Amino acid sequence: MSWFVANNEKPKIPPAKALWAICPKCKSHMPKEEWKKNNSICPKCNYHGRLSARERISQVADEGTFAEVFRDVSYSDHLEFHDASGDYKSKVEATIAKTGERESVVMGTCEIDGHKAMLGVMDFAFMGGSLGTGTGERIARACEQAIAERRPLVIFSASGGARMHEGILSLMQMAKTSAAIGRLKAAGLPYISVCTDPTTGGVSASYAMLGDINVTEPKALIGFAGRRVIENTIHQKLPADFQSAEYLEKHGFIDKIVERKDMKPFLAKMLYFWGF
Amino acid sequence: MENGKCKMKGRSSGTAAKKAAVKLSAMDRVKLARDAKRPHIWDFINAFCSDFEELHGDRLVNDDRGLVAGFGTVGDYRALILGHHKGATVEENMEANFGMVNPDGYRKAMRLAKLAERFHNPIVTFVDTPGAYPGKEAEERGQAEAIAKSLEFFAGLKTPIVVVVTGEGGSGGALAIAVGDRILMMENAVYSVISPEGCAGILWRDGKMAPAAAEALKITADDLKRLGAIDEIVPEPAGGAQKNPKAALASVKKAVLSALKALAGVPADELVEQRYAKLRAYGNFY
Repeated sequence: MSWFVANNEKPKIPPAKALWAICPKCKSHMPKEEWKKNNSICPKCNYHGRLSARERISQVADEGTFAEVFRDVSYSDHLEFHDASGDYKSKVEATIAKTGERESVVMGTCEIDGHKAMLGVMDFAFMGGSLGTGTGERIARACEQAIAERRPLVIFSASGGARMHEGILSLMQMAKTSAAIGRLKAAGLPYISVCTDPTTGGVSASYAMLGDINVTEPKALIGFAGRRVIENTIHQKLPADFQSAEYLEKHGFIDKIVERKDMKPFLAKMLYFWGF
Repeated sequence: MENGKCKMKGRSSGTAAKKAAVKLSAMDRVKLARDAKRPHIWDFINAFCSDFEELHGDRLVNDDRGLVAGFGTVGDYRALILGHHKGATVEENMEANFGMVNPDGYRKAMRLAKLAERFHNPIVTFVDTPGAYPGKEAEERGQAEAIAKSLEFFAGLKTPIVVVVTGEGGSGGALAIAVGDRILMMENAVYSVISPEGCAGILWRDGKMAPAAAEALKITADDLKRLGAIDEIVPEPAGGAQKNPKAALASVKKAVLSALKALAGVPADELVEQRYAKLRAYGNFY
């Protein structure tokens, strides 16, 4: 065999995406392992990246205390929705298979540094964390169970907004969850909303902005309308930090930006202040 | 998808709506709902009461002209009227942002609704907006927070609320003044989580697929009735409300008055319980 025979086989180098993590904020490259080891936080710019619901729960709930509730509540395809890329049912079933979750929020009772709580964590990997009827139902039930068991409520949001595949009833979940949270507060229980990256659209315009305190993580995106929609409406470029955690804190809509490593003690401290 | 495929059960709506549904596609309804000649907020106010007093301002930064608020006598009821204002002329359109409300508008609505609660005035709201305003100042002043707070606030308000979706029910910007005890919808109005154009742009990657998105989203009065998102369809004159505004206004007024009458005797605490039960039932398939 000659040395010079052309080798048409593609070299077996894994694609860059498999090895390298790219910070979505500052575009720094680093080995994926380093990104993971740093708890999905960019070592260069301190952007706090996305976590799965289960990763988040393990960092907030005391070990062995998280007991999931309402897992039977999943999505509903009452519109038998189809779009250009296929039907909703197949998409959401694929998401369920991929994530192991059955809705975009995981809900459960737990203790946070010994303080009893009802904890909800949204998973952006589940249909972009969209608010479907199942998501709304889980949150409403969580409020009701929290009232019955006198548990403070903590929800970590991560969402692109309402789930349009479920039509008008997904919009109605904004009203349903907001009403349920109103009742929780009226029952004398606190609700802490943690808006993680990203918290936008119908979720920011309902339970995510209704916390007795609203907190977030460094550099999280939080807003109602999308940047491009706004730029197209007002025909102006928006500032680079528009809709960032820091921008919202400056404008008075976020109580505090909390680093991931400080989140659990922060939550526990607030619950302690309020006597829970 | 045809309407018949929808799995939701519910009573069928008026025969007029049924007949029209055969002829009109969802996108036809969208066009009718957006027709500039359709009755707008001031037409409703003038047809409903002769003593309306508009009140202004959120007491914080601004008076949003995209949301009209004031008190007036509607039949036997001294009511607070709230409604999106798209504007009838170009100047009004600009001033009112085409009915796209800023946080200031929702905060004005809440301020006056609190006042209505204190003096037991029922509230009638008219919904007609492309959506909440997507602007820089709107975000800086907390568009998301203002809508969220409205939803929580109106859910717990201890006075009757009758909502009429008269034209475009555009997503969160509509819902912010559409939480109530009786939700009425005019026959050719539409109400959706996202505009057909917006949905087509995202899920079809082509804004021109809006008619397909409009069908898929189920946004007509008939669809919403079947899904349990509204309580009652108010029939419109043949060809739509713009063909005979006087008749359209009269049938809306009749429907609102009968809704107000049905709610008038309900004790406030019970009213709020019933409203919660109604919200709680939305999309509860589990």
